[in-house]
Amino acid sequence: MIAPTQDAVRFETATFVTWTQMIHATGLSETELTELVRYGALVPRDVAAAPWTFESHWLMVARTASRLRRDFDLDAHGVSVLLAFLERIESLEAELTKLRARLG
Amino acid sequence: MKYKDYYKILGLERGASADEIKTAYRRLARKYHPDVSKEKDAEEKFKEMSEAYETLKDPEKRAAYDQLGTHRPGQEFRPPPEWGAQFGEGFGPGAGHFEDIDLSDLFAGLAGRHARGAGRRADRPIPGSDYEAVVRIGFEQAFQGTEVDLELSALEWDADGGVRRVPHRVRTRIPRGVTNGEKLRVPGKGGKGVNGGPDGDLYLDIEVAEHPLYRVAGSDLYVDLPLAPWEAVLGTSVELPTPAGAVTLKVPPGTRAGQQLRLSGRGMTRGSGAAGHLYALVRIEVPSVVDDAQKELYRKLADSSSFDPRAHFSKEAK
Repeated sequence: MIAPTQDAVRFETATFVTWTQMIHATGLSETELTELVRYGALVPRDVAAAPWTFESHWLMVARTASRLRRDFDLDAHGVSVLLAFLERIESLEAELTKLRARLG
Repeated sequence: MKYKDYYKILGLERGASADEIKTAYRRLARKYHPDVSKEKDAEEKFKEMSEAYETLKDPEKRAAYDQLGTHRPGQEFRPPPEWGAQFGEGFGPGAGHFEDIDLSDLFAGLAGRHARGAGRRADRPIPGSDYEAVVRIGFEQAFQGTEVDLELSALEWDADGGVRRVPHRVRTRIPRGVTNGEKLRVPGKGGKGVNGGPDGDLYLDIEVAEHPLYRVAGSDLYVDLPLAPWEAVLGTSVELPTPAGAVTLKVPPGTRAGQQLRLSGRGMTRGSGAAGHLYALVRIEVPSVVDDAQKELYRKLADSSSFDPRAHFSKEAK
């Protein structure tokens, strides 16, 4: 039997992520996720709303946070600092890719 | 089942203390963690060392591992007959089937047994695991979008708590305009949920092969456009290849090296969004072989031209 084709979706175009989905997809506790929001490492669509929802690209950030917490045995603050550095590196790498493409 | 020397992987002696195990892991994690490392094969190395650490940091698993004896890395082996009984019912794949599984599956069997034990007590829904896979595609596939068949290997527990590997096949549509390093999600295509828990998701890590002509920067593409000196001076029309087919590009007179000629909307298209642009990057190439008649023409040109490309030197060097 041929399995039906399933669409792979981008994080920028997928639907919003609920708080429950965030917990399930990251394996982080509610306390850890709340701390990451407090430190600015994750940004809900409306911080005053309850429960929080997120634009889908934050799911990848949260999954990275989960890996860093588990693999480096870091607390939420340490994870949030590391995420900030990773974001800077990604932005510099994107700039470098663009410059290399222009230089040939 | 192939033997792996978890101590050797972490650079440790067999009698290493818990502290030494943790330090060795942290030192290597700093170097090979895929989120922070650009080392070659970082992902593979990190997976190997994580597996070693997950086993050696847990006293019960470490004791079980030590009881497997010492073998050469990669050597085929079977656990001793009393091993399963000693480390608990359901620890491992049961009798036989050792050929189909990985050493780490034995220890996943123990972890899974504990998790399912807790699950049965509470009879609560357990979400399926999320899976991850690397998808390698060519530039054209990334430009147009494509369908790929993925064949993963997933762990499955039987009623007795034994583990086995089962094929997990997924056919998925990759949207057009994906770029190297992009992550995609295939909802509900991870592991099956238990007791009504939702199925996990499949996360894809996209790797796009480099193209000999086109260089990608976000949604924009760059291609070198070599011109002869007279084409750059006089202007010309060239047949320029683009991923969607060749186009005729008008090169204006007086085009300089390094100039970018933009072909609007000829770059990558992401979903329903606007397409990026294709930039033709001008390079002026000179012939490596020039015969006497051509040399004479160049001399005449040099004599008749007042053009001085270094005129600014005399002004700006003061």
